[in-house]
Formats: sequence, C-alpha cells, structure tokens
Amino acid sequence: MLRPFKIAAVAVALALAVPLATALPGPVAAQDGEPQYGGTLNVVIQPEPPSLMIGIIQNGPTQMVAGDIYESLMRYNFDLSPEPQLAESWEISEDGKTYTFKLRPGVVFHDGEPFTSADVKFSIDVFLRETHSRMRTYLEHVESIETPDDLTVVFNLKQPFGPFLGIFETGTAPMIPKHIYEGTDFVNNEANNTPIGTGPFKFDEWKKGSYIHFVKNEDYYMEGKPYVDEIYYHVIPDAASRAVAYETGKVDVLPGGSIENFDVPRIQEMENTCITEKGFEYFGPHSWIWVNMNNKPLGDLKVRQAMMHALDREFAKDALWNGLGKVATGPVSSATKFYDGDTPDIGYDPEKAKALLAESSYDGETIRLLGLPYGETWSRWAEAVKQNLTEIGMNVEIVPSDVAGWNQKVSDRDFDLAFTYLYQYGDPALGVSRTYMGSNAEPGSPWNNVSNYQNPEMDKLWEEAALMADPEDRKAAYKTIQEQVVSDVPNLWLLELGFPTIYRCNIKNPVNTAFGVNDGFRDVWIDQK
Amino acid sequence: MRAPDPQSNESRAVYVIRFILGRLVKAVFILLAILVFNFLLIHAAPGDPAAVMAGEAGAADAKFLADLRTRFGLDQPLYVQLWIYIKGAVQLDLGYSFRQQMPVAELIGDRLPATLLLTGVAFVLSLVLGVIAGVAASARQGSWGDTVISTLALLFYATPLFWVALMASVVFSVWLGWLPGFGYSTIGAGYTGMAHVLDVAKHLVLPASTLGLFFMAIYMRMTRASMLEVSRLDFVKTARAKGLKRSVIQRRHILRNALLPVITLAGLQAGQIFGGAILTETVFAWPGIGRLMFEAINQRDYNVILGVFYISAAMVLLFNLITDVVYVIIDPRIRLTS
Repeated sequence: MLRPFKIAAVAVALALAVPLATALPGPVAAQDGEPQYGGTLNVVIQPEPPSLMIGIIQNGPTQMVAGDIYESLMRYNFDLSPEPQLAESWEISEDGKTYTFKLRPGVVFHDGEPFTSADVKFSIDVFLRETHSRMRTYLEHVESIETPDDLTVVFNLKQPFGPFLGIFETGTAPMIPKHIYEGTDFVNNEANNTPIGTGPFKFDEWKKGSYIHFVKNEDYYMEGKPYVDEIYYHVIPDAASRAVAYETGKVDVLPGGSIENFDVPRIQEMENTCITEKGFEYFGPHSWIWVNMNNKPLGDLKVRQAMMHALDREFAKDALWNGLGKVATGPVSSATKFYDGDTPDIGYDPEKAKALLAESSYDGETIRLLGLPYGETWSRWAEAVKQNLTEIGMNVEIVPSDVAGWNQKVSDRDFDLAFTYLYQYGDPALGVSRTYMGSNAEPGSPWNNVSNYQNPEMDKLWEEAALMADPEDRKAAYKTIQEQVVSDVPNLWLLELGFPTIYRCNIKNPVNTAFGVNDGFRDVWIDQK
Repeated sequence: MRAPDPQSNESRAVYVIRFILGRLVKAVFILLAILVFNFLLIHAAPGDPAAVMAGEAGAADAKFLADLRTRFGLDQPLYVQLWIYIKGAVQLDLGYSFRQQMPVAELIGDRLPATLLLTGVAFVLSLVLGVIAGVAASARQGSWGDTVISTLALLFYATPLFWVALMASVVFSVWLGWLPGFGYSTIGAGYTGMAHVLDVAKHLVLPASTLGLFFMAIYMRMTRASMLEVSRLDFVKTARAKGLKRSVIQRRHILRNALLPVITLAGLQAGQIFGGAILTETVFAWPGIGRLMFEAINQRDYNVILGVFYISAAMVLLFNLITDVVYVIIDPRIRLTS
C-alpha cells in the first residue's frame, strides 16, 4: 500500500497522462478498433426512479441513470484507484489533513454556465450537507472548504480520514449547479424535473411509466466524447418481460440484476451477447443474514456458529446465482480495501454444525426467517437456508413480506433471522463499520448494527482505524477486527453477490469503472458493422 | 315499489330522473365510506413511503427519514392526515404523489388514456365475441361446434392470465416476431398520424387479447347457459308454434331475454375499466393505471393508491347505475327503484 504522498504523486502523474489518453485511443478502444459515432443506446431501468436529481434521491435506479447527467471530481478504476473526472489533479498533505483539488478548466453545465470551485463548495458544503445522509456523516470529518481561485478547492480535515479520497463519486458527491439552486428550497425546486449537470448526456424527456430519454451533450469537455447520439432507458416492470425485451432486440443493455438469475443462461447463449460481472467493485454488494441477538437463543455463540456451518453457500452460488459471485469469508468484501483473507474458516460442515447445536442452548424454538422481497432468487434462497437449518435440527418458519414490510420489520427488530445485502462503498470505514459497531445499534434503521453485536474493544478499534493516516496501520487494524468479528459470528455471511451486466457485444465499453453502468455511457460506442 | 303509469312517458322520465338523483346522493356517502376505509387499510400496512425510499438508497440517517416524513406530512397524527385527505378529496383534490413528485390527478390523467384504450378494447372485444360465440354454441347444443367453443372457453377461463400473457409474448414476439411484446408505442420512432395509430394498435394486440380472453370465456359461458334456459320457456314454444323463423326466435325472443345476466356482469367489468388491469399492464409494460397502482402499493405511495381507488370506486358506482338503466331499456318489464 502506498503512503499518502505517493498516492498524490501517482495521482498527479495519472492526471498528466490523461490529456494524452484522450487524444489517442485508449487501451480498450485499441482492441476493438476505432470508436464509431452515432447510434441509440437502449437500456433497461427498473424500478422507475422517483427522481433523476441525484443530490436529493440516491436510490439504486436514480444512481444508475443520473451518472450520464451528473459527475463528480473523480472516477474509480476496478481496483478502486482514483482517476480524474472534474478534478484534473489532487494533492494530499503529509499529515493527511489537507486535500487540494485542481479542477479541469473549460467545463460548462448543460445550460452553458461555467463549472467552478464555487459549485464544488456549494454542492458539498451547502446542498449535500442538507440532503445527503451519507455525505453528512463524511462531512463530520471536514473542518472547512476553501476556494482560493476558480479552479482550486481545498478541504481541511479535522483529523486524517482514511477513506476521504474515495468519496468523490457521482452517487456520493455529485456536482450541482450553484447558479440554479442557491437560496432555493432544494427538494421542491422545479429544476429537479429538468436536471442540469456537467455530464456527457443531457436530459430530454421523461415519459413516466415508459422511458427516459437523454441526448448527447455536444459541448462536453472531453474532446470527441460521447460517441452515441441518444440513450433511452426503458421502464419495464416485469422481470420476464425485460428478458423478452432483450431477446426481441428492443433493448441492448441489461444492467446487473435486471432479469431473474434463472433467465441468465438462456440469454447468455444468444448470438452477439456479452456478459460481465465487473462494475460493482466500489459497491461490493455483500449478502448476509442478520441474527437478532436480542432473541433467545440467538445470543448464544454456539447457536450462531452452528447455523453458519449449516449453510451450504456453494450450493446457493451455483444453483441460485448461476455460479456468479463468491462465497463470503467474513464481514468485508474481497473487492473492498483492507480485505483479510485469513479469517477463521466458516465453511459448510453439517456434522460440526449438529455437534455445536447439541452443545448449545437451542431447545427446538421456532426461528422466524425473513426473506428479502426482491424476486424469485431471494425466495428460493430463503427456502434453501430453511432446508439447511432444518437438516441440523432447527425449526424454521419463513415470514413473507413486501419491501415496505421488510424495512419495517427489520427496523423494529421484529424477526429472528433476516436476509439482507448492503453496499460497502470501497472502504470498511464507509460501508462495513456501520454494521458492527455497538454504538450504532439503535432500533429504527435497517442499515445499522441490526443484529445488536456488542464488542466494546472492537468499537474502539473501528473508530481508530478510520482516522489512521497510514494505510499500513489501517490494514493491521482491520485485520484484527475481521478476525475477531468472524469468530463472534454476529451475522451469517452468505455471498459477495455477482450481478451480471448483459449487453450486445457490438456495444463497446459499457462497463469500465468500479461503478459500472452507474458511471454513465461516456465511453460507449456502437460498432455498426 | 311504486309502479309508474306505463302509458305516460312523461311520468316515466321524471321517475327515472328521480331514481338517478337518489342513487347519486347515496353514491356520495358510499364513496366517502370507501375513502375512509381505504385510508385506514393502507395505513395499517407495515412501512411507509419514507422508509421505502430510504430502503432503496441502502443507507439513511434519522434526519433523512425525518425530513422525508415531514415533507410527506407523515409526521402528523393519523386523524389529521385523514382529515386533510378527505377535505381535499371532497374538493376533487387528490393530493400529491410523495414519490413521483407530481400531483396525483396529473399522474392519473397521464395514465388514464392508455388504460381506457386497453380495457375498453378488451371489454368490447370480449363482450361482442363472447355473446356471438355463446349464441352460436347454444344454437346447436351438443354439436361438435358447441363442444369446440365450450372447450376453448373452459380453457381460457381456467388458464391464469399471467401465464397466457407470458406465453403470448414468447410465441408472438420472441419466436414469430410478429408483434411487439411490450410497451405502448415504438419508442423513439417519432411516428405521427396514421403511422402512430397503427403502431399503437400493433402494441395493443397482445395485451388486449390476453385481457379479453378471460372475460370472453365468461360471457360465452353465461350467454350459452342463459340462452338454453330461456329457449325452454313457454313463450318460445308459442313463438315456434306460430311458425316464426328460427333466426327471428333466436334474436328477438331468446337472446333479448337471455342477455340480462350478461349485462349484469358487463356492468361489473365496465366499472373496472378505469381501475386498469394490473397483471396485463405489468407483463406488457403498458403504462396504465393498474401498474401505477400496483407500484404505488409496493412503494406505499399513499395518495396515489387512494386516488386510483377513489376514481375506480366512483366508476363502479356510476356503471352500476348505468347498468340498472340499461335493464329498463332491454326489458321494459323491469321497474326502477332507489
């Protein structure tokens, strides 16, 4: 792992290399021949987003669409290393407390107004502080934001904050036009219906229930980009119909999770069809089963260990997820920084599970298992888990629900076991600590420490690890944490989910960052041969 | 029941008007009761729109949820929310969609034409074809024609709608490529005039026939059974004895009397035309009311759900009234009573 000043040096080097890279065809483009201009991109979106204004709404479908319109200071490669976007270069001070960003000159919003450091400060300090809950937490580490000139932004941190360089992506820190929003009521601003950003595509029309239409931004600051003329996001509510839409050629890109897993092999066999699991590295979607430790006998470590060893996760991966994804080894996804692969073994071992259960305080109580209401795959998975647990002698009852009911039950801790999956945002301090810190276990939220795992020693270490300046120190701290958490089994970890993005092979570069299609179709071109 | 003088057209007209007015007054109270009941029912479901929206984001702090609930007015006590809703509804103000950030009336107005087209075409198609098939089947009871029609009707009646929808889409869209499998029109084609009408018509074929099949089967079975029943009555024998032509007896004596139960059912279906067709609209991505409501239920978008319920309840009441009036036209022996 590089020390901070080296990261800065590399970043500057990268920034210098980029103007050259835009002039020459990139390495990916070189394989596929010269990029061609023109064409229409037809993409599936589901469910229909409530709004396209990503500064206010950050749910999945909004994030997927908004990346064409809004941009942030950086992008992140598959290994989560930053790449310039609206920031041309950046430097981090030796003490890890000052981050200086140099902005790209000549960038304009879709309405022609220039993008400057004032927009950066307004977006982060005013707008997102008001509307964006994750950003609000990150801003607790920021002392002040200065704008010495139009193209320079300086963040002064209260103390070093390890993951800071990882928050400048569109879903977390979108750049919002100050000239439109300053002094207005952000959430009720009419402008939210006609989003204006700096991105490669402009908003044209949204026919609710049918489609969202974007057109090429002719004044985009990267010369020669974007390549395609327009994008249609098609709203198709039924998963089987989405598969049909691809089969009949009505859409050409099925973003990860658009169709049921059991349809994937059939679609994959079609001619001119490519599939990639990439593009979820930053999110690291990690699935597990919450174990409500407030309820007897789930507070008993032996019961939890028994359940963990009872789960045949390889089977779930192969049978329910078509072999996509990876079996999780602990709380941190292997795509996330500071992942430790040497944690205690939690693999499938029904004999061991039975022995552990026999030693435990479990006495035939009925365990309520709350499935995730996200379609067939998840229903079947709940049945598989029920079967695994029944095999070692537990009584399990599946509780059905819809999305709203699931949220409510998990928030109220009204369950014994509950499926979930959450994003990790590239760094344990951003996406993992929230699940395991004892101080974050208040009922009322389905995303905090729902299991009510209490380990004060680890709490202290979680806090310290986030604020360490040296990545090597952080790595050591997270190793200790992961080993301890895995032996305590507060949750039953399932899979690092693999969401395949399916597209026609003549559509080039649909996924080329750790955010996949969420980062927009800036680099996409269609081979029209 | 007070019998009007059948000889006096004027008193009959006054009677019909009085009947309609009486029913309308009743309808207002029924509507109000339905509104209150729906409101309480929806709020009894676990979860609220703020939690759903936050859930889709995968992260939210307490302030985010509290802000949303304040914005949506969900921080008020339930009876206050109910009062505000009823007050608006009485003035025909259906409120604002929390999720879509649009007035509910506008949302429903946007989706209504698509739904009316789909359910209207399906309604007319199923009623006309169903009655014709029923008459044809009853004309020669037990013949091979009757067997074929009855078997097909039973098949359509017993097959789940979603299966028919999916199979229709696989066969006609994926395999044969004859018809578009989803949507309302070809997106981005920019058709106008006749080309647009044809384009929409093509998109309409699969959803409308899928939706129509089930009702067609019901109308067919009902018409057939009713025709057979009426054909055994004395006045039909009399007509035959008089030496009337078979087709005349069929049309003027049997069919007219056999249609009453069919009209009752058609009245019920007509009321649902405005409620949309959840399954068909969802499978074929038809941008109609049914889908709007289904999605709103999942998202706990209270005002949209209530708005759709409100409109469809009003329509059911209206069509019940129309059905009653149509009875009188079909069968002058029937008297209206409120």
